[in-house]
Amino acid sequence: MELQHGIIILMGLAMILSAILAMMVKDLISSVIAVGVVSLFASILYLLLQAPDVAMTEAAIGAGLSTLIFLYALHKTKDAEEEND
Amino acid sequence: MIKKMFAFILLMFMAIMFYALNSNITENKELFGVARSYAERGAGELGTQNIVTSIVVTYRGFDTLGEVSVLFIAATGVAVLLRRKEEEAPGKRSKRQSSEILQTGTKLLTPIIIMFGVYIFINGHLSPGGGFQGGAVIASAVLLLFLSDINYEINHSLFNIIESFSGAFYVVIGLLGLILLGANNFLDNRILPLGEFGAILSAGAIPVIYSLIGLKVGTELASIIDNMKRD
Repeated sequence: MELQHGIIILMGLAMILSAILAMMVKDLISSVIAVGVVSLFASILYLLLQAPDVAMTEAAIGAGLSTLIFLYALHKTKDAEEEND
Repeated sequence: MIKKMFAFILLMFMAIMFYALNSNITENKELFGVARSYAERGAGELGTQNIVTSIVVTYRGFDTLGEVSVLFIAATGVAVLLRRKEEEAPGKRSKRQSSEILQTGTKLLTPIIIMFGVYIFINGHLSPGGGFQGGAVIASAVLLLFLSDINYEINHSLFNIIESFSGAFYVVIGLLGLILLGANNFLDNRILPLGEFGAILSAGAIPVIYSLIGLKVGTELASIIDNMKRD
């Protein structure tokens, strides 16, 4: 029980750290990846808190699909910027 | 300086609020009220091994229908905003090839990922997961195909047919509950026999409903990605 509490607190801290990283990092791609890492830790946290259904949704949509949609959007805006230059 | 002070005061205020909220929480040793009723009735009444599924699909089935509609409207919005421009000149689209590793890995993994997605939604009433999760997994397999081959095109008419068919059929199953079991039974799973507890074909209409939701969510998310990918 004690060990599990420790892991849960560690996961929460890792989430906060990667969220701060997502805001601080200058490179946008690293920022998107950091947002994905927040979701990944959140899904592990849900699993530890006995909510496997939510954990699955978070892993598939939060860490997987939304990260990639952000990357696509980033790619598109970069193309538009190059065209404008 | 004033701005920073303001942010600090706001943070302190939030800390006080959360402390007050957090100090009032006591851990429940048992379930109360509606949660208890769902947990006690779910398995016996609806024949589902996974209580979450019995709530999501049957007791709160109307909410799930609403979620599916929200997703449908979101997909339609993306399609309208990023509507495909008239066919651009051929040759312009083929940019650089993706790496050998990605291509081989995609060939190997795509069938397995799709099978895993189908497994998740067919086993929705037995194990964690369900239509939304399975659909998202299937969409990620399509995404992998897009990543590995830049010129890959999904079969749009097939995807549209699957999407509209499963959406319409979901509502039809809901209405069947009204017709067969009387009022107050919209989206009831007991229109089909409950079967043996824990078997794959059990829990009435839940496997059917979850398969429809899985197909719908999968095709919808795949077409959102397909629209995003276009230049």
